[in-house]
Amino acid sequence: METMITLVVGVLVSVATYLLLSKNLIRVVLGTAILSHAVHLLLMTMGGLKIGSVPILGDHVDTYTDALPQALILTAIVISFAVTAFFLVLVYRTYQSTGTDNLQQMRGTNDE
Amino acid sequence: MILIHVLILIPILTAFLIPIIGRQFPKLHLGWAALAVPIVLFSFFVSKIPAISSNETIAGSMAWIEALDLHFAVYLDGLSLIFTLLITGVGSLVVLYSIFYLSKERESLSHFYAYLLLFMGAMLGVVLSDNLMVLYLFWELTSISSFLLIAFWFRRKKSRYGAQKSFLITVGGGISMLVGFIMLKVMTGTNSVQEIIAMRDSIQEHELFVPALVLILLGAFTKSAQFPFHIWLPDAMEAPTPVSAYLHSATMVKAGLFLVARFTPVFGGEETWFWLVSGVGIFTMFWGSFSAVRQKDLKALLAYSTISQLGLIMSLFGLGSAALQGGASTESVVYTKAIYAALFHLVNHSTFKGALFMVVGIVDHEVGTRDIRKLGGLISLMPITFTLAVISSFSMAGLPPFNGFLSKEMFFTAVLNANEMTVFSMETWGLLFPIIAWVGSIFTFTYSMIIVYRTFLGPYRREKLEKDPHEAPIGMLISPIVLCAMVILLFFFPNRLSEYLLSPAMYSILPAYQNVEGIIPKISAWHGFNLELFMTAGVVVLGAFLMKTFRFWNIVYDLFPEHRSLDRGYQWILSKSERGSKKATDRYMTGFLPNYLYYIYGFLLLMLGGTLWLTGSIVIDTSNDAPVSLYEGIMVFIMATAAAGILFSKSRMTATLLNGVLGYSIAIFFVLFRAPDLALTQLVVETVTTVLFLLCFYHLPEWSKEDRSLKVRLPKIAVSIGMGVLTVLIALSVQGNKLFDSISSYFENSYELAGGRNIVNSILGDFRAFDTMLEVVVLFIAGVGVYTLIKLKADQGGDEIERK
Repeated sequence: METMITLVVGVLVSVATYLLLSKNLIRVVLGTAILSHAVHLLLMTMGGLKIGSVPILGDHVDTYTDALPQALILTAIVISFAVTAFFLVLVYRTYQSTGTDNLQQMRGTNDE
Repeated sequence: MILIHVLILIPILTAFLIPIIGRQFPKLHLGWAALAVPIVLFSFFVSKIPAISSNETIAGSMAWIEALDLHFAVYLDGLSLIFTLLITGVGSLVVLYSIFYLSKERESLSHFYAYLLLFMGAMLGVVLSDNLMVLYLFWELTSISSFLLIAFWFRRKKSRYGAQKSFLITVGGGISMLVGFIMLKVMTGTNSVQEIIAMRDSIQEHELFVPALVLILLGAFTKSAQFPFHIWLPDAMEAPTPVSAYLHSATMVKAGLFLVARFTPVFGGEETWFWLVSGVGIFTMFWGSFSAVRQKDLKALLAYSTISQLGLIMSLFGLGSAALQGGASTESVVYTKAIYAALFHLVNHSTFKGALFMVVGIVDHEVGTRDIRKLGGLISLMPITFTLAVISSFSMAGLPPFNGFLSKEMFFTAVLNANEMTVFSMETWGLLFPIIAWVGSIFTFTYSMIIVYRTFLGPYRREKLEKDPHEAPIGMLISPIVLCAMVILLFFFPNRLSEYLLSPAMYSILPAYQNVEGIIPKISAWHGFNLELFMTAGVVVLGAFLMKTFRFWNIVYDLFPEHRSLDRGYQWILSKSERGSKKATDRYMTGFLPNYLYYIYGFLLLMLGGTLWLTGSIVIDTSNDAPVSLYEGIMVFIMATAAAGILFSKSRMTATLLNGVLGYSIAIFFVLFRAPDLALTQLVVETVTTVLFLLCFYHLPEWSKEDRSLKVRLPKIAVSIGMGVLTVLIALSVQGNKLFDSISSYFENSYELAGGRNIVNSILGDFRAFDTMLEVVVLFIAGVGVYTLIKLKADQGGDEIERK
């Protein structure tokens, strides 16, 4: 299971990198979103999968799943949401003031 | 002895106070406030003369960064005492002079005096430091303050050019000196100059000895404007005249000489040292005086004359270093006379050249021009200035009864002695020294006479001058009068100076000769009819002849045309390197985001992939994997397909929805992997994100097609797959190499420790509550960012500034 999930993470990272290298701004933002998905899955996998039960203290349970990666991921989800929202507005604002969403056209003049 | 540290810092601290004083007392000419500093320091150093002249030294050290052997260590001996007296003495006179030279109304005096005091402190630091690194620090500080002072009238293009040039050359030399210092430290293991001197014998055979010597000399040569680095000094004359008098003739340019003198006990006796110092020095002496004769601007003439005189002193230090070859002995004591002459001339040069600069400043100030083609006949209008000019330039020419005569004769003695040296293959080349020295002295005589005759004698042409010339105010005359008085006094009482200042300095340069008879010669004006006197007579006759016939032979200078000069070479190198670095930078700083990402990814792939490969840490171990059920397999398949689909989707809507599929699949995985909190959060966040994307699309155009040519796609595909593979390899290797147990068992006591049954929530809300709070802050900042980007509009004015 871990190996399979890791492979999926690899696929997600590849897709995200490909999108990040685009010249369209929306593709770049989408790339960052997918990259954070990949990282969340990766963190989860690192803690070991499907060992023990849900990390909520109960009566007849011996082992719990590693709770630390979960806490980390919870933080990461929220942060990546904030970042994605900020990026989207940044793209919106950039488009408004430059009239383009193409990075190639945002290079500015050569003599600076 | 903590006091000396304070003395170095006083000028620097006062420099910071000067602007405040200027604002508090707007009616005061700031020069008066600044004048107090050098006078106080001067009187302190004068009070130290008796102690130093009885061969005491004052040392002190303050710990700074001990791990790096960095101590603010000071050392006051005979050599540094001469320099401190010059710095503070000439400094006082220059500040006094500048009060009348610089108008309070027109000039930014707080800048001027702040820079000047900064320089004074830095220069004192150079001559008093005993720690190589501290010495270097102050050394560069003098370059910086010199840069600021040359560019004082920064609206002039030439000032900025001169400032940049002097800075590039002197700091370039300074850096090479630093490398030399580091080599010394490597050889000796200490940063203390005195300790290095004591270890001289043990490092002489070290392979870094000669490289360190050459690098340190580069620093000294650039600072003291030795050929071929002399080109910065004439351009530095754009500075106000008091600055030229102070930094660029009396003190800063002598820092190189100081360095050579200070390191003579370490490197003296080495052949490379001897030839570099004396050879470069004597050629600079000739070249400077030869070039000075052709100058039309009085200050440029003085600049070349300073170059020539510095070369003279430099060559004397070089010749004198031969005395250390094979240890101190009574046979070689005769060579030490050169060093003695160097010290004597160093003092003399500061007196007469300082006075000359001030005289030229007076002429410039009262007449409005320094061009000798326009000047003439000022003798009747400015009699006092004329007298001062005569005294100082006759001293420079080497005529009695002025101090220049004495040191010039000693210079001749030294080069004649050099002719008889039997070491360093001087048997073959020795004769060159007296010849070059003599020819250089003839030109020296010529330009000294040009200063007097062209400016003060000859026809007076009012129509060529900008103002009605008249004698300068008394305040401006005091300083050159004091210096000229020194010029004469030193001629009549040279042995007093020798006793109090020169002999202790001799002992600090040549500690090995401490007890050798005859190290301190007696200076006398009359030696009988010897070769030196005939040389001087020849100089006078030929020099006068050259001046009279200048019209006929000045075509010689056409052999050295402007467009082939060293200066052009400097400009060529500068513009080439500017253009080259711009080209190189433009090549990779493209302003195109994907390019920068390529650099980052490329570096990451190389470093991480390389490390993985080289250390052989790729371990793949799937034995501990949990089993895969059918549904999970289907979910994985869905995710992979959705991810790939994003790449091929034609509309942004499809892509966003596919991203949603990814997000929800992950939520399902979270359920499968026993993480209900994550699943809930992920569901909410994914929904909101998708909505945000859609909202954004309302304002943005449909995405354009990416460039599908192979040239663009291939590197993208390669880097993407590379990153994917790298991530998988690292992740698998981490799983295969479990080195530590999980620390999570600690948190499983969450009920006892934090009173919560949900472990994840306890971690977030209790164990790591501070992190969570900062996370909330991040959210808040992002929210503020979002709000401002939507709401605030840049006004038109702001836009225009950006377009500039």
